[in-house]
Amino acid sequence: MTDMTQPTPVFVRTAPTPARAAPLAERRPLWHLLFGDMVSATMTLIGLLGLAWMLPHLLSWAVINGVWTGGGDECRQAGACWAFLAQKYPQILFGIYPPAEHWRPIAVCTLILGLGLWSLPPRNWTKLTLGLWVGGMLGSLVLMGGGVLGLKSVPTSAWGGLPVTLLLTVWSLGLGFPLAVLLALGRRASLPVPRYLSIGIIELIRGLPLLSLLFIASILLPIMLPDGVSIDKLARALAAMVLVSAAYIAEVLRGGLQAIPKGQTEAAEALGLNWAQTTRLIVLPQAIAKVIPPLTSTIIVMVKNTSLVLVVGLFDLLSAGRAALADPDWPAPFAETYLLIALIYFTICFSISRYARWLETRMSKGNRR
Amino acid sequence: MTNLSTLLHDTRTRQIGLQALLLALVAGGVGWLILNTAGNLDDRGITGGFGFLDRAARFPIAESIIRYRPTDSFGWAFLVGLGNTLFLAVTVALAATVLGLGVALARRSAHPLTSGAATVYVEAMRNTPLVVQLLFWYALVTLGLPNIHAAFTPIDGVILADRGLYLPRPVIAGDKGPFLAALLLGLAAVGVAWRYGRVQSLRTGIPNHYGRIAILSALLLLGLVWGTTGLTLSLDRPVIGRFNATGGMGLSPEFTAVFAGLLLYSAAFIGEIIRGGIDAVDKGQWEAGRALGLEEGRILRLIVIPQALRVIIPPMTSQYINITKNTTLALAVGYPDIALVAATTINQTGQAVEGILILMLVFLTLSVTASLFMNWYNRRIALVTR
Repeated sequence: MTDMTQPTPVFVRTAPTPARAAPLAERRPLWHLLFGDMVSATMTLIGLLGLAWMLPHLLSWAVINGVWTGGGDECRQAGACWAFLAQKYPQILFGIYPPAEHWRPIAVCTLILGLGLWSLPPRNWTKLTLGLWVGGMLGSLVLMGGGVLGLKSVPTSAWGGLPVTLLLTVWSLGLGFPLAVLLALGRRASLPVPRYLSIGIIELIRGLPLLSLLFIASILLPIMLPDGVSIDKLARALAAMVLVSAAYIAEVLRGGLQAIPKGQTEAAEALGLNWAQTTRLIVLPQAIAKVIPPLTSTIIVMVKNTSLVLVVGLFDLLSAGRAALADPDWPAPFAETYLLIALIYFTICFSISRYARWLETRMSKGNRR
Repeated sequence: MTNLSTLLHDTRTRQIGLQALLLALVAGGVGWLILNTAGNLDDRGITGGFGFLDRAARFPIAESIIRYRPTDSFGWAFLVGLGNTLFLAVTVALAATVLGLGVALARRSAHPLTSGAATVYVEAMRNTPLVVQLLFWYALVTLGLPNIHAAFTPIDGVILADRGLYLPRPVIAGDKGPFLAALLLGLAAVGVAWRYGRVQSLRTGIPNHYGRIAILSALLLLGLVWGTTGLTLSLDRPVIGRFNATGGMGLSPEFTAVFAGLLLYSAAFIGEIIRGGIDAVDKGQWEAGRALGLEEGRILRLIVIPQALRVIIPPMTSQYINITKNTTLALAVGYPDIALVAATTINQTGQAVEGILILMLVFLTLSVTASLFMNWYNRRIALVTR
């Protein structure tokens, strides 16, 4: 028996303290953000003054002095020459493609853009869609080129404008992807020959400017092939673009392959799958699914890259616009034309980048669960 | 017979065999292309080799950093083009880094007008092709700007007209020898003092001002030398002449367009890289800095930027390499960079293989050098874990 008595506790907590209210989110009113301190006020003033200076100029150029109808003479000594775009848009969009056959490039653009839209929701990522793309790519070549099914034959030298831009993008990605899978697998291989070969090819292409690759394709390729073999100019430019997209996609895929835990391969081997089966059924599907958002960004890069074929004399959207500007009847309204072309590129690239961001948040949500 | 069949099913033998086959295929393909090339060149009567580099180029190069006359050799012309490419790449990279930092800070700003304007700028630049932008700027300079008589002069000495951009050029008159010597001495002294002060403050934990004192004394010394040797500084302002502006520093429309276009395009990408790096630093670091009583500017400079740099450097490397590769687009507006020199040379001599080989070699060397340098820098600032 001890005489150490337990001291009577003064306070015993029997229930958790009620949670304190969350601190008020600091949401400053707009006027405070704009004029809250000297720095903000100065910036607001500068911004407003800049707008006040620019807007009248812009308005008078684009609207008040803008020419909406009429010919080249009305456009001299005036503001924006929208009439030029109104008259020349078929030439800017489709180059020197025979005007009577313009429904064909329109159909090709609609086909490719439609397929693109159809492929956006992930639930449409099926074998059927893949088949549709292969069919669409081949079909658009037939539509553009003609010569069969009663379509008038149009040589590739007469192709131009938006369909060339879209076809180059789609074909370079479509042909580049399988090549990229080989290069990415080769780079990760344990065998030295495929590994160093893949590293060499990837780094060589990524280290060179696209322009020099286009030079190689347009100037060197004809010299490097045996006499009598000639490849179409468009196909040569496409070859360069395919290599570029393959090298870039391969690097993206490598990231995906590295993110697959080794246990996946080991489990597949334990099940008795060989290397080809493991790669095709286990590793690649997971790796590709992981890198779809960065792959989407590669599409933007390739769309923008197609504009470079102008230096080897192909008529993509940009060169078609430049050709339209050369008309001596008009005072060369370059700003309006380049703005239209930039707007078309911007619409395509900006939508893809928004889509990529949406896809990324969606996929990371799925991973977090 | 069993021995041979086990050999065929042996993994090692198979691997070696398949690799040998792959190697043979690649070597065969490359050899076939080389044989074709040699045959075709023979048929066209073009002698291969780099002998043509000694011959006189006989084509003009509109502007260059290195002196050039059409009687100079092709080899010299390539060097002149390389000089222009490097000049363009380095000036654009430096300017775009500064502008990019501004863009990054503007995009992070709480001020809605500032961040809004920066966002519009970045999206517009990133989602349109560079060639379109370059052609737009070039057309704007050559067609959109007034002629030299109605030139746009925002401040005295700056002339913007369809002939290009003219800036005042600082001219130092007098004997520059002693001043240059003092400048070198001052720079060396500041470098040593800065380093010593840093080491000391890290060792003792007490901040010191050795570096600042050295800068002040170096400036004092420079001022003294300037005064005693009687140097004068004047600005050579461009003057509008009959067809052109004379004097000052003239930048051609080509250079102005390419520089402006590349700068605006690259700054958008660099701004996003820097913004990403700053965003990657944990919010707690800012809060800890505030708790220590540091001002926002110092938190950014002393705590956030050093940590953000680790995230920023690798993508920045590829961005600088991209700028160098993108300078080749200068060809679209006619600025004589190395790609334009190569294209002209190929046109004139037919030495396509050699011209393209030189172009490839130059860019591979530049890419490798840039990535080696940035890797070294990256290692220097990388996180040191104990």
